[in-house]
Amino acid sequence: MTPSHKQRLVQGNEACVEGAITAGMRFYAGYPITPSTEIAELCSRKLPAVGGTFIQMEDEIGSIAAVLGASAAGMKAMTATSGPGFSLMQENIGYAAMAEIPCVIVNVQRQGPSTGVATAPAQGDVMQAIWGTHGDHPVVVLSPASVKEMYELTARAFNLAEQFRVPVVLLADEVIAHLRESVVLDRETLPFPIVQRKKPSVSPSQYLPFKADADGVPPMANLGDGYRSQFTGLVHDEAGFPSTRPEVVNSLIRRLHHKLEDNRQQIASFEAVHLDDAELVIVAYGSMARAAIAATRLAQERGLRLGVFRPVTLHPFPHEELVTAAARARAILVPEMNLGQLVLEVQRLTAGRCPVVGWSYVRGELPTPDLVLTQALRLLEAEEEYEDLLQLAALVRDDIVRPDWWLEQEWGA
Amino acid sequence: MMTTRAEKYLKTAKLPHIWCPGCGHGTAVNALLEAFERMGIDQDKVVIVSGIGCASRAVLYLNFDSMHTTHGRALAFATGVKLARPELKVVVLMGDGDGCAIGGNHFIHSARRDIDLTAIILNNSIYGMTGGQLSPTTPVGSSTATSPNGNLMRPFDICSLAKAAGATYVARSTTYHVAQLARYFQKAISHTGFSVVDVISQCPTTFGRRNDMADPVDMVEWERDNAIPLAKAQQLSPKELEGKIVVGEFVDGSQSNGNGRGDGPLP
Amino acid sequence: MRREIRLAGTGGQGLILAGVILAEAATSEGFQVAQSQTYGPEARGGSSACSVVIDGEEIDFPEAEEPDILLVMSKEAAEQEIPKLKSGGVLICDSTYVKSIPPADASVHMVPISAIAKQQLGREMVANIVALGVLAELTGLLPHDALEGAVLARVPEKTKDLNRRAFAAGVAAAEKALQVRQSA
Repeated sequence: MTPSHKQRLVQGNEACVEGAITAGMRFYAGYPITPSTEIAELCSRKLPAVGGTFIQMEDEIGSIAAVLGASAAGMKAMTATSGPGFSLMQENIGYAAMAEIPCVIVNVQRQGPSTGVATAPAQGDVMQAIWGTHGDHPVVVLSPASVKEMYELTARAFNLAEQFRVPVVLLADEVIAHLRESVVLDRETLPFPIVQRKKPSVSPSQYLPFKADADGVPPMANLGDGYRSQFTGLVHDEAGFPSTRPEVVNSLIRRLHHKLEDNRQQIASFEAVHLDDAELVIVAYGSMARAAIAATRLAQERGLRLGVFRPVTLHPFPHEELVTAAARARAILVPEMNLGQLVLEVQRLTAGRCPVVGWSYVRGELPTPDLVLTQALRLLEAEEEYEDLLQLAALVRDDIVRPDWWLEQEWGA
Repeated sequence: MMTTRAEKYLKTAKLPHIWCPGCGHGTAVNALLEAFERMGIDQDKVVIVSGIGCASRAVLYLNFDSMHTTHGRALAFATGVKLARPELKVVVLMGDGDGCAIGGNHFIHSARRDIDLTAIILNNSIYGMTGGQLSPTTPVGSSTATSPNGNLMRPFDICSLAKAAGATYVARSTTYHVAQLARYFQKAISHTGFSVVDVISQCPTTFGRRNDMADPVDMVEWERDNAIPLAKAQQLSPKELEGKIVVGEFVDGSQSNGNGRGDGPLP
Repeated sequence: MRREIRLAGTGGQGLILAGVILAEAATSEGFQVAQSQTYGPEARGGSSACSVVIDGEEIDFPEAEEPDILLVMSKEAAEQEIPKLKSGGVLICDSTYVKSIPPADASVHMVPISAIAKQQLGREMVANIVALGVLAELTGLLPHDALEGAVLARVPEKTKDLNRRAFAAGVAAAEKALQVRQSA
């Protein structure tokens, strides 16, 4: 084995900060909360060295607000938090979506609800990350599964935020955030260039701050650039002035939605592991995907064909590829560290092409690959037994409503 | 100030505004524009940030870079703007509920940091936009939509709060004392550090109507008749000060530590 | 080949740092490495455990499933962790705190790690570095100089000498333990 001189041992939260700075983050506002705190601590040390600004705000509401103020004034800006703080941020995430202010929010998921277990991993914030703030709103949600991905996806989060003028949530979990891995992180190995926000090409007198280009995204003048920009969370016309006219409401809400939906192919991404010949597909994300991928290794040793479909973007979801995989598979297992959140999306998107069963693991720890494999085998057995898909669907529903259904029998959890 | 002088500061195409006849907020905004005019400010170097409520609506008519943000959060947004672009003047317009109830935490922490923002609170003691509910500055005994039998709880004294929390310029005036108000605005905006102007404004529609001052003139006369200069107030007992509006400069602006300019280390 | 090492004890014993040092040494040797930890809300006290996975190839599952090597430095850690040890693995117990263990299908080494730190080095807080010396000698997992280099790269300048001596004391104690075992 040849030692790699560029290889370093890096923690997930540290990789996140490095990815952010590589992407051009120069403003961080945050409030301490386990298990995301290392991100704030590192930003307070690293940002001044690159001419950036760090501020510890009085709460998470203030943190996201300061991030949006700084972004509107031209800075690439980020905050990081965990469940309780993410809940507090929801209203202003909606403001970011409505006023089209780019921002990156890192949520290192811990066991909830409420204070839960501060130091334990979970994946219970998937629905909140996608649908958390009120009203229909665009948001991109990314799910890192390794330290290297904490680096790359944080950088990509900034790219997406700046390109589409949307809030981007990096939905990490405690395992990945605190994990240290040997990695090579540098700008040269990033698989994409760094994106800067689109500036107006017209004079201030002709500038309409919310008139979109063909891609659905309006060019953005920063505060202080002389364009007399106006941001508001009210429904507004192309000039940024509030309006209650039905046609203005309709066109704004639809444009905000379509600027992501119409560019979904460009945004959505996933990883496929042994997917082509898999008779059973495991859809897993974040740290759970590591257990699922390891389960495919164990399965291979036993001559079983297991594959993993790992959505990297939880929203927008890479659904064409999932549908293709579902059409070939006998069944899909969706193991999650929650009571069944993304499984509902997988069921909706695959629309009965094959049985989709969730497995909930809510013990504040990552299940071992062996446990995931056991569930996969049980599902294959059940699929043979229940030829009638409706019967199996009932079983599936039951399992989601009472997610410990299998676990209790098998392990007395 | 003549309308013609005000015009360059206004997005005239967006007028008329949404405020009720007799509302004090237009008077206060006019005094703010007067302060800008006297200062000869560069309109492209001022950002006006507001929250939600009647007072916060003002930014939509002002011809500046502006952010009309979420309820209570204007100061936190403004903190980000200031730190990102320290060379800009950042003026924050809020109402009493916006600034001191839902936004109270940001208010005291902005004061603690002494961050270089100007917080203008258009204080009419009521939630006007939602129809006249109790605010944190509603006087004891006043009737509101949510205190129909009279408010039982003490109001905040915004200037004392700001001073105690560390603001380095703190003043109060009223929409009756327009010249004084414009002077305070000018000093607050010129000040480097966290400056607060508590503007006693009138809401005849939702406050006056419930408290025997339905005519806007009644309310302005209430401001005139109850205002007491700070120096005089210091001679009076708490009993004698009941129901009075103490106007003046509570912190004169000579003591900023400059920490909050946005270009140095932050507290 | 995938090797899993688990270090478990009480918060404040420095086992997470020991795991990080072990992981850094393995990283500098060019291995693929994953290091993780579990801990309670206490900054001092409470249980604390840390896993290091070392592999020549990409690591899929980053936590320990069945540790090949287990170090336990408290009675509670011994009770919780020993049943998870891979059969035929290596078990190192700090005999200062772990007086007896359940039967284990493992190569068992009882070394008074904390006592050595306290008595020979005058500071119990370097027990984690003594433990790394013991682990290095007993398992041959990584070259001694790689581990010692990783220790010295992590600790403050003024404690380098102390930590160098702590590592050496661990190596010596392990040698002694091996001799006792062979002569027994």
